[in-house]
Amino acid sequence: MKKVEVIGIKKCFGNLVTLEDVSITLEENQFVSILGPSGSGKSTLFNIIAGLIRPDEGTVEIEGENVIGKTGRVSYMHQKDLLLPWKTILDNVSIPLILKGFPKKQARWRAGTYFELFGLQGFEDYYPAQLSGGMRQRAALLRTYMFSNDIMLLDEPFGGLDAITKRNMQHWLLRVLENLNASILFITHDIDEAIFLSDKIYVLSERPAKVKAVFDVNIPRPRNIKTFTSKTFNELKEDILNIL
Amino acid sequence: MKKLQSIGNRLLPIGFTSILLAIWEGMARKGFVQPNLLPAPTKIIHTLVTNFSLMGEHILITSFEAVAGFLISIAVAVVVSVLMDMMPMMRKTLYPMMITSQTVPMITLAPLFLIWFGYGYLPKIIIVILVCFFPITISLLEGLASVDQELLNLLRSMGAKKYQIYRLAKFPAAMPGFFSGLKIAGTYSIMGAVIGEWVGGKKGLGLYMIRVRHSFATDKVFAAILVITALSLLLLGIIRWMEIRLVPWKKYMFQQSEEEYDS
Repeated sequence: MKKVEVIGIKKCFGNLVTLEDVSITLEENQFVSILGPSGSGKSTLFNIIAGLIRPDEGTVEIEGENVIGKTGRVSYMHQKDLLLPWKTILDNVSIPLILKGFPKKQARWRAGTYFELFGLQGFEDYYPAQLSGGMRQRAALLRTYMFSNDIMLLDEPFGGLDAITKRNMQHWLLRVLENLNASILFITHDIDEAIFLSDKIYVLSERPAKVKAVFDVNIPRPRNIKTFTSKTFNELKEDILNIL
Repeated sequence: MKKLQSIGNRLLPIGFTSILLAIWEGMARKGFVQPNLLPAPTKIIHTLVTNFSLMGEHILITSFEAVAGFLISIAVAVVVSVLMDMMPMMRKTLYPMMITSQTVPMITLAPLFLIWFGYGYLPKIIIVILVCFFPITISLLEGLASVDQELLNLLRSMGAKKYQIYRLAKFPAAMPGFFSGLKIAGTYSIMGAVIGEWVGGKKGLGLYMIRVRHSFATDKVFAAILVITALSLLLLGIIRWMEIRLVPWKKYMFQQSEEEYDS
């Protein structure tokens, strides 16, 4: 089943054409990466899918329903964790539920049940500033999951982390996703990351962004460190490098 | 090591002030200055203690005017800054007016208020409001605007309503700045009330100071100054205490870089 379908999106800011005819499909339980150079309008695309920006042309359908200009269906996770410094991790993660109208106590309880799965147990009452960058991103992902547990938009979520933490977080993300029924749209400019995590990769061109190529990643799961040195991985990497 | 340093930081101003006071005391006792021009610190304290019951009513009245004006200006500042934050038109219209209003010296307005509003509490409270309103509004306004645009987008993407965005993000983000504004305004508030009484009134520390000055009782003038300082510090202390209670995350925000450095 198609979870998200982006059809022929075009968006200009003034005279600057940012997105030109971008079409992307996300199937159920799929992990799809959007790979492209920085500043190619990938974040604009997410803002359009999240309903924050209206495109000039094209439509966005989520489970068959047109969601242009409608917020509240899917949320996204950002390179910055965007946790509220004045709320504890548990309260931060409960925010989506509270915005959906859950009573505070129930929201906390529901969010709390996921702390172990996300590797956050014991940190419920910490403030974000007391946590490392990697832990904060875990909390940010859990918050995104609490909002829309079937579709998550991840906008370079590990872009602000150091190389070692980033690698750990990629493995962590795959492990967590094994336990969730989630379809993921993932923005990155890191080719290794895209191949390691995804089922499908859309390569975007520089501004104005167009879909340059689509690759299927036929590497079996579960994936591990050996994936990075496998033959399929490197062949695919070469193909993508040739296109970029 | 750190503890030692913090004790040192406290001792330094206390020590320096003590030395200055000791010099002052010594000069007054040795007769370098005439005691009726500049009374010795011990004499001022003595006067304060013996006159305290006489000053009591004046202290209460000045405090009432200051606190009333301070609280009203907080209420007005919250309403005005939220309106200005929500409506750019409002901001563009009011901002220049507010800045300009601050260039008018309060001491020149005070006599006018006397003519317009009489000798009661009202003109004093209005002066306090005029003095306090500006720092509170500006700090709150800047605090409300300081929230990361990405964070606002994120909350909107989750379907947050406008009031929820204010409650979850904007007001808490504005708190540290708001309290800085409150501290400035709080210290001004007592001064504002005293200025109001100074130009004309029936009671209050300002009036008391005028009276004792006319009788050249400099020790009583100094005693009144001491009381005004103490009142301002007391108000400041209350604001600080509330800040610690209401902004408990502040300590973590500054602790962060240090911790990362340690590990």
